[in-house]
This record gives sequence, C-alpha cells and structure tokens, in this order.
Amino acid sequence: MQRAEMIKAKILELMQNKTVDRAIGWKRGEFFYDNSPAVFETPEELEDFVYDSFCGANLSKYLVKEAKKDGKVLVCIKPCDSYSLNQLLTEHRVDRSKIYVLGIGCDGMLDIELIRAKGIKGITAVKDDGETLTVDTVYGERTLPRSEAILGRCTVCKGGKHVIFDELVCADEEKEARGDRFEKVSELEAMTDDERFAFWRSELSKCIRCNACRNACPACTCEKCVFDNDASGYASKANSDTFEENMFHIIRAFHVAGRCTDCGECSRVCPEKIPLHLLNRKFIKDINELYGEYQAGETDNGRSPVTNFTKTDAEPSVIYERGGKN
Amino acid sequence: MQRIGVFVCWCGSNIAGTVDVHAVAEALKNEPGVVFSTDYQYMCSEAGQKIIKDAVAEHRLTGVVVCSCSPRMHEATFRKTAQAAGLNPYMVEIANIREQCSWIHKDMPEGTEKAIILGKAAIAKVNLNVPLQAGESPVTKRALVIGGGIAGIQTALDIADAGFEVDIVEKEPTIGGKMAQLDKTFPTLDCAACILTPKMVDAAQHEKITIYSYSEVEEVKGFVGNFDVKIKKKARYVKPELCTGCGLCTEKCPQKKVPNQFNLGMDNRRAIYIPFAQAVPKIATIDADYCTMLKTGKCGVCSKVCTAKAIDYTQKDEYVQEKYGAIVVATGFNPIKPDKFGEYSYNKSKDVVTSLEYERLMNAAGPTAGTLLRPSDGKHPHTIVFVQCVGSRDTRSCGKEYCSKICCMYTAKHAMLTREKYPDTEVYVFYIDVRTPGKGFDEFYRRAVEKYGVHYIKGMVGKVTPQGDQLLVQASDLIAGEQMTINADMVVLATAIEPDKSARPLATMLTASMDTNDFFTEAHPKLRPVESPTAGVFLSGVCQGPKDIPETVAQAGAAAGKVIGLLCKDKLLGNPCVASSDEMLCNGCSSCEKVCPYGAITYSDKEFRIAGKTVVRRVASVNPAVCQGCGACTVACPSGAMDLKGFSNRQIMSEVDAICK
Repeated sequence: MQRAEMIKAKILELMQNKTVDRAIGWKRGEFFYDNSPAVFETPEELEDFVYDSFCGANLSKYLVKEAKKDGKVLVCIKPCDSYSLNQLLTEHRVDRSKIYVLGIGCDGMLDIELIRAKGIKGITAVKDDGETLTVDTVYGERTLPRSEAILGRCTVCKGGKHVIFDELVCADEEKEARGDRFEKVSELEAMTDDERFAFWRSELSKCIRCNACRNACPACTCEKCVFDNDASGYASKANSDTFEENMFHIIRAFHVAGRCTDCGECSRVCPEKIPLHLLNRKFIKDINELYGEYQAGETDNGRSPVTNFTKTDAEPSVIYERGGKN
Repeated sequence: MQRIGVFVCWCGSNIAGTVDVHAVAEALKNEPGVVFSTDYQYMCSEAGQKIIKDAVAEHRLTGVVVCSCSPRMHEATFRKTAQAAGLNPYMVEIANIREQCSWIHKDMPEGTEKAIILGKAAIAKVNLNVPLQAGESPVTKRALVIGGGIAGIQTALDIADAGFEVDIVEKEPTIGGKMAQLDKTFPTLDCAACILTPKMVDAAQHEKITIYSYSEVEEVKGFVGNFDVKIKKKARYVKPELCTGCGLCTEKCPQKKVPNQFNLGMDNRRAIYIPFAQAVPKIATIDADYCTMLKTGKCGVCSKVCTAKAIDYTQKDEYVQEKYGAIVVATGFNPIKPDKFGEYSYNKSKDVVTSLEYERLMNAAGPTAGTLLRPSDGKHPHTIVFVQCVGSRDTRSCGKEYCSKICCMYTAKHAMLTREKYPDTEVYVFYIDVRTPGKGFDEFYRRAVEKYGVHYIKGMVGKVTPQGDQLLVQASDLIAGEQMTINADMVVLATAIEPDKSARPLATMLTASMDTNDFFTEAHPKLRPVESPTAGVFLSGVCQGPKDIPETVAQAGAAAGKVIGLLCKDKLLGNPCVASSDEMLCNGCSSCEKVCPYGAITYSDKEFRIAGKTVVRRVASVNPAVCQGCGACTVACPSGAMDLKGFSNRQIMSEVDAICK
C-alpha cells in the first residue's frame, strides 16, 4: 500500500507543479482484482488511483491516443512495459515530448484464477507481503505462497531495469531477470509436425475473435488493422473457414515479428487462455538464432533484424534446412 | 469489367512443340473478362502484332494478355503494340509459357495444363490492372567519374569531348592510377607513361573537365539525372592555386624516411611529396602521418623554402556539393598482398616480390632507376622464377576463385623483357594454364618462349625457402611428371587482383550491387555490360571485373557512350510501376523507409481532416523518380499502406488465387 501512496503522491506533485496535465494509471474495477487502466485529469480523480499486485495492464499503448491530445501526459511504466514504450517511440507512434515517463517498481503480478484454482472460493481480498498471500474469503482466511499465484507472463521476467524513464519511484533497477522464456517454445519445436499442428489447432479453436489480444498489444497500433480493411483482401479471409480463422493469429504474429517486445499482454487478456505469446516467442527465438540476439524496445531507435540487411544474414535456404522435424 | 483479349503465341515450335496452343486459347476463352482469344505462329512478328491491334479495335478490348516468352524478351514490344492500338501500355500482361512452361516440360498434356494455369493468372491480374502514366524528371547535364585511372580518364575525356561537363574524383594526390606505375604494356611493349601521360594532360587541360584530386565521394543522394553528391577534398596542406610544382620542398623536407607508395615502399620519399614526375595535378602534398610540423608543430622547412608561399599547415578538409546527371564508377583494383601465402616466403625474403614491385624494379623512374637489381643486396639476379596464379583461381579462403586475367600476359612481358635486357639471366615461369585470348596475345607469348627462350613449366611452385643468399624453389613439372628444385636469385609472384577497398562503401552509397568478390555487378552480363542495375550509375574498368588496358579503354568509351546518351536527354521518363503510400492507412512507423534500398521514401507530418477535426499525422511518401519498384516496402509495411503500382497486393493475390483454384 505504501508504494501506491508514494506513486500517487509523486503524480499529484507533478500535476500540481504543472509538469504534467494528466496521468495514466490504474483504478479499481468492479472487483478488487480487476484493476483497469484509467486517465486521471484532476487531483480529485487521482483519489481513485491504485497500484497493487493486480495491475497487470501494460499502459504504454494508451499513449498512442493520449499523447495526441493537448498537454503533457504522465504514464506509469513497469520495467517490462518500458520496452513496449521504447518500441512505440521507435515507430514514431508516440511523441516523446508529449509524455512524462514515471518508472515504477514491480514484484510480478498475481493471477486470481491461480488462487481460485487452489479451491479457494468467495475471495474478498488478497493481502500480499511479498512472500505469502493472505486471502480473505467469506469462509475465513487462507494463506498460500506468493510464488504459486504469479501471473503467467510474470513467471518469465526481464528484470527490474527501466529502459526508458523520466523519473523513478519505488523502482528496483537491480532486480534480476528470471525464467527461461523459450522453454515451452523448445518443447513445441521438439514435436512432430502433426503434433504441433494438433496443438495449435486445439488452442486456436478456442478463439472467439473478441480481438482482445489485438486491442491490448502495444505493437498493434495500425491506423486501420488489415483485418478491418475490406480492401486488404484479408478482412473476409479470417472468417471463411475454421482454418482461416486460425490464420488471424498467425498473420498477427507475422505482423508484430521483430517488433514484439514479449510483454505477454496477448495471453494475459485472452479470455480463452490461449498461449498466444508462444507464437511471438517462436519468432523471437528464430530471430535470435538466425540474426543474433535482438530485444525489441531495448532502445528508442532500434532496428529489427527483419527490416535490416547485413552480409551475415541467414540465407533463405535456412527455411528448408530448419523445416519441421518429422 | 475489363474486355480482355488473349493471344497465344506458338513461338514456332518453341512453345507449340510442348503446348497445345489451340487448347490453351480455347480454354482461356471462358475466363472472366475474356471476350476474344486466339493463337498465332509468331505473335511478336508484324503480322502477329496486327492481329492484336485489329482485335483491340474490333472487340473494343481494354486489356491484353499475351501468352508467349518471358516478359524480359517482348513485354516492351507488346506494350508498344497496345499503345499503337490506343490502349494504355500497362494494360498488357505477359503469361510466360515458354521459359516457365514449354522449355521445362516434355509432356504435351502437362505443358498444356500449366500454360492454361499461367494464362488464367495473367487474366486475373489484368482484370485488376489500371492505366499507369510514367512521370518525367529533368536531367542535370554533368557527369561524375569516380576514380582517375586510365578507365576514369578515358571515360571523362570521351564525355567531355561530347560537350558535357565532367568531374573526376581521385582519392590519390594525382590521377593516373595503376597504369602510371607500369613500365611497358603488352603486347606492343610501348612505354606506359608515354601513352598515359598525354591523356592525363588532356584531362587536366580540357575545359569541360574538373579534377578533384586527393578527394573522396562522401555522400550520394538523388537518382538518375539528379544525383546530389558531396565530395570531400582532403587537406593536402598546400594551396593548389599557388603551388607551381617546382619540387623544391620535396628535396628540402628533413623527414626522409617515408615509404614511397608509388614504388610500393621499395624506396623512401619525403613527408611532402609529388608522387611522380608527370603527376597531374603537379602539386605537392604533405603526408600528415609523417610531417614533423603537423605532428609536433616544430619544423616548417617546406614553408620556408616555398617561394610561392603555397604551404598552409592550417588547411582543413573541404566539402563540395555538386549535382550530376550520371555517375561512372572507375575505382579500379589492387593486387592482393601475398602475406597469407606462407609457401612463397614473401614476408621472409626481400627477393620474393610481386609483379607490380617487379614492374617498378624495371622502370627507369623506379627505386633502382631501371636497372634490375635484387632488393636484398642490390646484385644482378641470374635466375628468376615467376609464379603465376598466386591467389587467382584459388578456392582457399585466402585466394580468389576467379582468374585475374592480366597475369599471363604481363608475366610473359616481364620474362621477355628480362631476357632481352639481361640475356645471361635464366627465366622460369610456372603456370596452371597460359591464357592468351586477345589480339596479338598468343603470338606475344610464343615469342617469349620461342625467341627469348623463357622456360615455361606447367605446374605450381610448392615452396620457396630462403637459403643463404638464394631462394630454393621446389616445384612440380606436370608434363615431365617430376619434382624439381631451382636455386633462384629472385621469385616474382603474379598476385591476383581485387577491387579497390573503397568500392564496397561506395556501392552502398550508390545502391549499386556487387558480387561476392566486390566487383560491381552489371545490369546484364551480356547486353548491358557497362551499366549497373541502378539507373544512372555506369561501370568502367576493373571495378566491374578483371581486364587489361585495351579492354578497359574500350569499356571506358562504352560507359561514356551510355552517359552521353543519358545526358543528351532533357527529360527522363520514369517507370510508373513504383510504390505509393495510402496516407489514410500509413502509421508513420518508418519500416518502409528502413528497408528501401534506394532512399526513395521520406516522412513528413501532414494535416488531415478526419470527422471534422484536424489531425496531424506522420506519413510516408515515395519519390517516384527514385523508386525502382522493388516492392521491399510493400512487404515491410505492417498495415498494408504501401502498395506497388502494376504489382499491387490485390493483383498478386488474385494471380495466386487463379493458380491455386
């Protein structure tokens, strides 16, 4: 709680001394665990500001619209979100002079579904001391180790460093990275073509085309998405049969290849829990292996290997050489 | 809806031998938009073209599909035909049923089926074709020649003689290039300087030619007819307008231990120098790496002795910005360094020299004033071994896979001249093959063998070992089938030649393509040998591939001819198949700008009225005069805002759909 108060106080100070005109943060949703992104225009509105272990949303994408308005907008940026923001700056989607980046610390967010999966029902609040979660329920108090309720995308963490900020509050820049993000990708690579096809057909068949992944993805900022553009020739493609429906995700993964910072929002927001981030991670893994390590959003003027040419680039024949394992 | 005519060509038996052309014409009749379909023996002939013209008039055609050979062959022909019939030339599509069909199939039903599919794809595309108009751009009537060797000089002279302004940019203090370092030239044995220096003087005195010596091209922008070039004039610390070239400074400079590059480091020069007596421009240059005054601020001897007051230690690099209509690359070559070929002991013995070093040892202006003496002890050598193909035709990583082309002839020249001047010297030449295809070349080589008694031995030298004051040469004689050893006084290595190191960064600036050996690629190896694939960039001399002086001069003239042909025009008609950006879809992300190899895409903030509001957005725009229509941007664009006219995403997808149906 103390951390949220310090951040709120800093935002208030910046609003009052006219450094910024408004701020993007989180406010409480209908339940305590569904904190939602919000724009705070006045100190009074800021009363609703929250920051706790249920603030998973990456706020960088909201800048695409907010930074176009008059005045300067503050944005609360967690370490992993800072990569997304840098990528947006690289692509000129956000005007740097119109934003104020408040880098804030993060211990890894929690997933209410994982707590529920423990058979805990009637949850009214979750207290988080960094090690143990104390869950208040209508049936009494329950405890569980924090590590068992970590949000999927936070099990792999880039560490505490903010790659872009104007000011830091409660940040732990030294916090180390954790997790092997390619573990599951390697498992998929080890499958036969048929097994892998079956895996993705099964996963993607759950898709209800709610477009949440696209709407949350900080790399999906096209003025008009090709899937909404009748003239593109793709708009109707994604509906004609169940396989072409699946193509939506594959095409989307291609569109963000080399630009995806691996923030994991796609999988976090998916109501059907499709592990969409694995598609992106496969691209990232391939790029790293074929062209050398590359982290999108590391700087604000990065150049993805897929839009760059060097003499040492992999030859097109690698597609044949690396094709499926049968 | 288009009204499409389909014209299936037999190409004699070229197509009709493997494709049932009647069946193709019949099958394509029922495709959407097709109102007329026929076949004919030679569609490209006068009579064939008349069939097309008549059909356009009779059936009021709006589009034409010709099923024939590769569009590379006759697309232009049929576009002209359509234009003559009153159609927009870009309403014509070619289905390649020869190279991509009849020539690669043996079976008639198979070939026919594929020809029909290819025809359907072309019809699907024409259904989406729109008339395209080519834009015009003006031509700056001035040419830039990069490199002032014999290739650059000849190109510049030819262009200037046609009445156009030419600038030569040469990175060394003098023009002349490698030819200035040569002694005699094969096969006529005339003195290189005697035939080169008059050309250097002609270039210097030509009222249309400006020479930027000791200068480099720093930046190239623009496109054919409108290049914008930044030239760096490196500081030579001598005012060129005042220096008379008297050479007094080069005699008085106390810094005497500077390796003389002109003689390949075999003797020394001063820190202030004129490369050689006939240098053009004949101006002294201070070598900043060695000048005591520039390094420590103490000396100033050259400034004291210069009566013209030309020395200026404070001189800085200067930049010149100039516009050109055409650019000729004539960056030439260098012999490779043989250090990596340990077997020849080049680094171990001074008496193992390269052919260019040998050239200087024979030359009257060389380190030995033209008397052949061993570099190690200044004695006259009595046995000399020449080794050919050092690094040429060598598939190891230190070598070059290609034949350097000039070595066989200059080695014959060296051997012959050595025997002529010093008949007491035994001369051996080790070779893989002797290649003498050229006017008077084989006669020249035979003369070396038959008249001058040069020992030509087919086989390679395996090892050269310094032994006392001699060199033990171990080699194999492949014809006699035996190993042999020779105690030689000197070994001369005919090292491979490679493009000058400045060529690679220059190619990047010019967006001109290169092969894996860093030779510039020509637009077509047979039919467009002096043009690079980048419009307005031409190739002259060894930068394009190994060649001797007569070939270089011929190519230099050819390049000049192409440049003159370009500069004669007042306006250029562009290619209308260029990219364009749909500003309403563009995100301004710069992906296209990053992948454009021609620098044709720029970004700007533009105001848009959207739903009654003014919105400023960053959007891409394509300069149609610079765009070459490669399409890289269209696939890089994440939102599909970039599209290529004449090859739109929709056209290509409809072709694919037609093939997959």
